[in-house]
Amino acid sequence: MTDMSYTSTRSGNSAGKIALRWGLYLMLGLFALFYLMPLFVMVTTSFKSLEEIRTGDLISLPREVTLDAWRTAWSGACTGIQCEGVRPFFWNSVQIAIPAVFISTLIGALNGYVVAQWRFKGANLFFALMLFGCFIPFQVVLLPMARMLGLMGLAGTIPGLIFVHVIYGLGFTTLFFRNYYVSIPSELTKAAKVDGAGFFRIFWSVFLPLSLPIIVVTVIWQFTQIWNDFLFGISFSQAGTQPVTVALNNIVNSTTGIKAYNVDMAAAIIAALPTLFVYVVAGKYFVRGLTAGSVKG
Amino acid sequence: MAPILEINNLYKNYGSVEILKDINVAIEQGDFLVLVGPSGCGKSTLLNCIAGLEPITKGSMAIGGQDMTNVSPKDRDIAMVFQSYALYPTMTVAKNITFGMKVRGIDPAIQEEKLTYVAQQLQIEPLLKRKPGQLSGGQRQRVAMGRALVRDPKLFLFDEPLSNLDAKLRVEMRTEIKALHQRLGASMVYVTHDQIEAMTLATKIVVMKAGVIQQIGTPAEIYNRPANLFVADFMGSPAMNLIPAKTKANGNGMQIEIARKDGDPIMLTDTRNQDLPENVIIGVRPEDIADASSVRSGDAQEADCLIDIVEPAGADTFAVMQLGGKHVTARLHSETTAAAGAAQRLAFDLGKVSYFEPETGLRLN
Repeated sequence: MTDMSYTSTRSGNSAGKIALRWGLYLMLGLFALFYLMPLFVMVTTSFKSLEEIRTGDLISLPREVTLDAWRTAWSGACTGIQCEGVRPFFWNSVQIAIPAVFISTLIGALNGYVVAQWRFKGANLFFALMLFGCFIPFQVVLLPMARMLGLMGLAGTIPGLIFVHVIYGLGFTTLFFRNYYVSIPSELTKAAKVDGAGFFRIFWSVFLPLSLPIIVVTVIWQFTQIWNDFLFGISFSQAGTQPVTVALNNIVNSTTGIKAYNVDMAAAIIAALPTLFVYVVAGKYFVRGLTAGSVKG
Repeated sequence: MAPILEINNLYKNYGSVEILKDINVAIEQGDFLVLVGPSGCGKSTLLNCIAGLEPITKGSMAIGGQDMTNVSPKDRDIAMVFQSYALYPTMTVAKNITFGMKVRGIDPAIQEEKLTYVAQQLQIEPLLKRKPGQLSGGQRQRVAMGRALVRDPKLFLFDEPLSNLDAKLRVEMRTEIKALHQRLGASMVYVTHDQIEAMTLATKIVVMKAGVIQQIGTPAEIYNRPANLFVADFMGSPAMNLIPAKTKANGNGMQIEIARKDGDPIMLTDTRNQDLPENVIIGVRPEDIADASSVRSGDAQEADCLIDIVEPAGADTFAVMQLGGKHVTARLHSETTAAAGAAQRLAFDLGKVSYFEPETGLRLN
């Protein structure tokens, strides 16, 4: 059927068809330009000197490329009284994000495996409550969480922030893995049980090897959430444990006198690079994994 | 020797719904037990209970003389083949087959030896390095069988293993399973909804309906002496003709009267059965109605019947007519002269006839 309509339209009005095609490309190109504009401004500004920014045009290319702003942003910009750039905070973010992503993904996988394949009384209620956790606004948990962290002696520490992100991420990671595992026939679990494998053996030998697409999705999702988080970062950290997002805010807001736009832009790009990197490296698995649950095979 | 599998008064409920009611089955070493019934009759649930994958609500079960009622599947000394095959998708065929042995910590040299033996038995040696996704349906089926065979268990369990195959392959695999059973002399429990599979494979058939066992017997017993109308209708293809009839005692037996839409009723005499109630349902297999010209047994009684439909099926030709308000099928020779719309002289053989009580559906003779 598609073949027939294809040939008939081609023989019918090919000039109109081509015009339509080019019109489509033009529209898409314009939208792409529109969305790329802020990034373009950020990148060009970060390579300009302050002098040039003051005198030049916002969207013109830098007359003279300079890395000074990047150097300052990385290791010299002032975040309040301290002037060490975003570097120490960048490492804080790494120390928070990597364990938090790893732990929340692992526990989410186990939770999803249990809810999907080891049905117990109240499993549906349990899952519904986990799901509900995804929709609780950040602001609601701030005070109770602060109290909890205080009681646990984790207030203002990096492990404390890891803990917060793991807890908050579990709803999402459980949801992802549960929806993925629920499409795997339960006969697989039964077969492994008859073969003599136990709970963890089945998880490790049968389910985890099947999970690459959904692991990629979960890691991207969690990494983006945790790296970009600002509210938990600013609420539960203290000097020395603040993540890069908080540092970026401080750099931009605590400067007095002349605004160093080039430094701000460079710092912003540095703060955004890891998430960009993760998307570029794993993006194609992301789309594949998101649709994997819906289409069998 | 104790029966290899013994199930006593087994009940299974899901919440308040009774799935299985008072199941009692026992089989001996080397038996091929087939659980057959329409979908939803509880046969797969029963198999899962035997495997230990579903806990039972009441009753007890023993495998090889040992009580297994509350034993976990891995300690029951069973192997199971699933409908979807349930091969581990990320493992090669060889790893699929040896996974169970690996879990149980069996010496790798022995694993290798058994793998080679089983691969040879099932002719899957060229496939050992492939993943399940690269196999055809029939090949996956073989691998699933291999995974069960390698265990060398007391009891094999099969859950509709052929239902995902195409018709031709299904018949081939059926023969192969039967050959395997004869070669190994193993005890097997096999679930199917296909009554032909049940007849061809079983040494013992359990017919189930709505969680209740209707009849247990050899294929011949089930086929020739169905215990009630359900079994009579379910087993056999085309199904047994179940015709309402009236009976009357006469000198040397029973006079049976089958009404016809137009014309006189058919009158048959049964000399073997006595004391039937006035209203019965008479069960006659299609092969017991034949062309009068080619009749073999002395029991046959002839009558002219108006044929409605003729269905040639190669080896046989099926003729359909109206008797007692029901469609009645006769299995005739392929060279029969029967034609639609014309009368044909047919011979009714009452040697294997069944009588059922119309109300309860129970067998009378």
